[in-house]
Amino acid sequence: MNKDILLHVENLHAGIEGKEILKGINLTIRPGEVHAIMGPNGSGKSTLSSVLAGNPAFTVTEGTATFHGLDLLSLSPEDRSHEGLFLSFQYPVEIPGVSMVNFMRAAINAKRKYFHEEPLSAGDFLKLMRQKRAVVELDNKLASRSVNEGFSGGEKKRNEIFQMAMLEPRLSILDETDSGLDIDALRIVSEGVNRLKSKDNATIVITHYQRLLDYIKPDFVHVLYKGRIVRSAGPELALELEERGYDWIKQEIDEK
Amino acid sequence: MDSLKQYIDLYKANSAVIDSHSAPVMNALRADACEFLSTGRFPTRKDEGFQTTSINDLFAPDYGVNINRVNIPVDVADSFRCDIPNVSSLLALVVNDRYVATRQLLNNLPEGVTVTSLAAAARQNPELVSRYYGKIAPADNVNVALNNLLAQDGVFIHIARGVTLEKPLQLVNIFAGADNLAAFRRVLIVAETNSAVNILICDHTQDRAAKYLSSEVIEVHLADGASVGLYGMEESSATTSRYMQLFVHQERNSTLSTASSTLLNGVTRNDFNVTLAGENATAKLAGMVIADGKSHVDNNSNVVHDAPHCHSDQLFKYLLDGESSGAFEGSIVVNPDAPFSEGYQSNHNILASDKARMHSHPRLLIFNDEVKCSHGATTGQLSQDAIFYMQTRGIPEDQARRLLMQAFMSDAIDTIRVEAIRDRLRHLVERRLTGEDLLCSECSSDCHK
Repeated sequence: MNKDILLHVENLHAGIEGKEILKGINLTIRPGEVHAIMGPNGSGKSTLSSVLAGNPAFTVTEGTATFHGLDLLSLSPEDRSHEGLFLSFQYPVEIPGVSMVNFMRAAINAKRKYFHEEPLSAGDFLKLMRQKRAVVELDNKLASRSVNEGFSGGEKKRNEIFQMAMLEPRLSILDETDSGLDIDALRIVSEGVNRLKSKDNATIVITHYQRLLDYIKPDFVHVLYKGRIVRSAGPELALELEERGYDWIKQEIDEK
Repeated sequence: MDSLKQYIDLYKANSAVIDSHSAPVMNALRADACEFLSTGRFPTRKDEGFQTTSINDLFAPDYGVNINRVNIPVDVADSFRCDIPNVSSLLALVVNDRYVATRQLLNNLPEGVTVTSLAAAARQNPELVSRYYGKIAPADNVNVALNNLLAQDGVFIHIARGVTLEKPLQLVNIFAGADNLAAFRRVLIVAETNSAVNILICDHTQDRAAKYLSSEVIEVHLADGASVGLYGMEESSATTSRYMQLFVHQERNSTLSTASSTLLNGVTRNDFNVTLAGENATAKLAGMVIADGKSHVDNNSNVVHDAPHCHSDQLFKYLLDGESSGAFEGSIVVNPDAPFSEGYQSNHNILASDKARMHSHPRLLIFNDEVKCSHGATTGQLSQDAIFYMQTRGIPEDQARRLLMQAFMSDAIDTIRVEAIRDRLRHLVERRLTGEDLLCSECSSDCHK
C-alpha cells in the first residue's frame, strides 16, 4: 500500500433495505488534497458519506475502502473516528439532555483511551474547548447547551466544524455543509475548514453548488451520478457545472 | 386466596400488645380499621387501577411482623453504606419499623423543627398529632386501614409556622434481619403556615437473603404558604416488595415538589395522592424508574383540584431493561369548584430490551370548563440517529447508549429543588447504568456516625 494514499475506495457497492445506491465507486485521496463531490439529487452523495462513516443502516455489498492502510469497512464507526475519519452531518442530530461539554469530553477521552493515553484533565479539556471554539467563533453559551438542541441551522454547522477542530481528523467529509447557511455563516464555516487544513490531512466536500467551492478551493472535482463517479477533473469542472447544470452530463451518461 | 385475613388474625391475637407499644392517638384508629377490614379484601389485578400489580399477591407470603418490638440488632454504622453522602447531617433511620434518631440529628435540629418517633410525639402532644394522623389518608382504603391497624410507631416531622429548614432532612428506611419480614411504616409530616422543608426518604435493604415487604403510609399536610420538597429514592433489592402510599393535603398558596426514583427493587407499587384544597396551590410530581431483571414498578398518581387557580404538573419516566415491567396510571381530577385549574401530565418510557413491558394509562376527569389540562405518553427506544452521531465522534456505542439514558432522566431529575440531591441522583443513575453496585463502599460520608 502506498503510504501517500490516505483513502482508497475501489468498486464500492452499497445500499439500503435491498436497494443498491452506490454502484461501483472508485476514489483515491492523498494527504493535503481537497476533493469536491458534486452531483444531482439522489445520485448517492450522502450515501457515500454515510457508508464511509459506518452508518449501520447501509449495507456494503461489494468493494473495498482502505484508510491509511486499514480496512475501513471492518472498523466500528467509533474506531473510524479514532483513526481520523470525520463526518460533518448534513443534518446534525439534536441530543437533548447531553451537554456539549459532556459530549465532547466523552469523545476526546474515548479517542485518548483508544491510543492508551490518560484522560484529559478538566482544566486542559476546557482550555482545548476554548481554543477550538475560536476557530468557528462558536459562542460559549452554545458550548454549555445540549448538543445541537435549539441551535439555528448556521450554529449547527459551526458546531460540526468545532467538533472537527476538537478531533483533528486526517480525513474530513463535509456533507452539504453549505445547506441552510446564510452568506456570513458560510464564510465563517469555510474559514474554519481552511484554517484546519494542512499538508497531512484531506477533505471531501460534498455539495450541490459551486458557491461553497468559492470558499473551500478543491483540487479535484468529481461528479457522482446514479451511484458512480462519472467524471473527475480539476476545479474548472465545478465552474462548468455552475454554468451548464447537470443535464449535459446526465445526457452523456444516459446515452451510453 | 385472601391474604388480608392473616393480618387481621394477627391483630386480633395481639391487640393488647400492639396498643401497649404505641400511643392512644394511634390506637384510637384500630377498632374502626379492624371492623372495616373484616369485610374487605386486597385489590387484585381484576380491580380498576391494579391491572399490573396484585396487592393481594404482594401481601400473601408468610412474612413475620415484629409485633413484640424485638430489637433486631443492626450495626447501623457498619452496615448502612450510605449512597447519599454529604446531603444532610440531619439523618434519621427507620430500621424495619423502628425509629432511630442519630446523635447528629438531635444535636443539629434548629428551633421549630421536630423530627421524632410518631408514637412518642403522639404521647407528648396528642392534640397536634391527632389533628392530622389518619385524617389525610382515607380510612376506607384497605391498605391505609391495615396500616392504621398494625402501625405501632413511625416518624413525625413538624415544621413550625414561618420556619425554613435550609438543610434537607434525610430519612432512611432499612430492612435488616435474617427472617422474612413485613414492616408497617408510617410517616406524618406537618408543615405549618409559611414554613419550608426538603425531605429525602431513602429505602435500602441490607440483607439480601430474606424477603421483605414495606407497607408505608405517608401523610403530609401543607398549611397556607407552606413549601415541601419530598424526594424518595428506592435502592432496595430484588427480594423486597413495597407498597407506598403518599397522601398530601395542600392549603392555599402551598407548594409541593415530589420526585420518586426507583433504582433497584423487587416489586414496587407507589400511590401518589395529592389534594389541592386551597387556592393557588402548586404540586409538581416526578417519578423516575430504572428497572431490569424481573422487577416491577407501578406508579399511580391521583391529583385532585378542589380549589380555583391551582397548578399541577406530573412527569414520570421509565427506563426498562431485561424482563422488567413498568406501569403508570395517572389521574388529574378537576372538580366543579376548581375553575382556572392547570393540570399537566406526561409519561415517557424507553424499552431497552424486547422483553421489557410498559403499561401507561393517563386519565383526566374534568368537571369544569375553565381549565388548562393536557396529558401525553410515549414509549419507544433510544434514537439510533443519536447513537450513530455519537459513534462518529468516537464515543463507543455502549457509552453512547448510557449517555442517552442519563439524558432521558435529566428533566425528571431537574425537578428536584435541592442541588445536592440532584447531583447525587445523577451520580446514582450513572452508576446504575454502568452496572456498578449501588451500595457505596467508598462512601466517606459521616452521615451515619
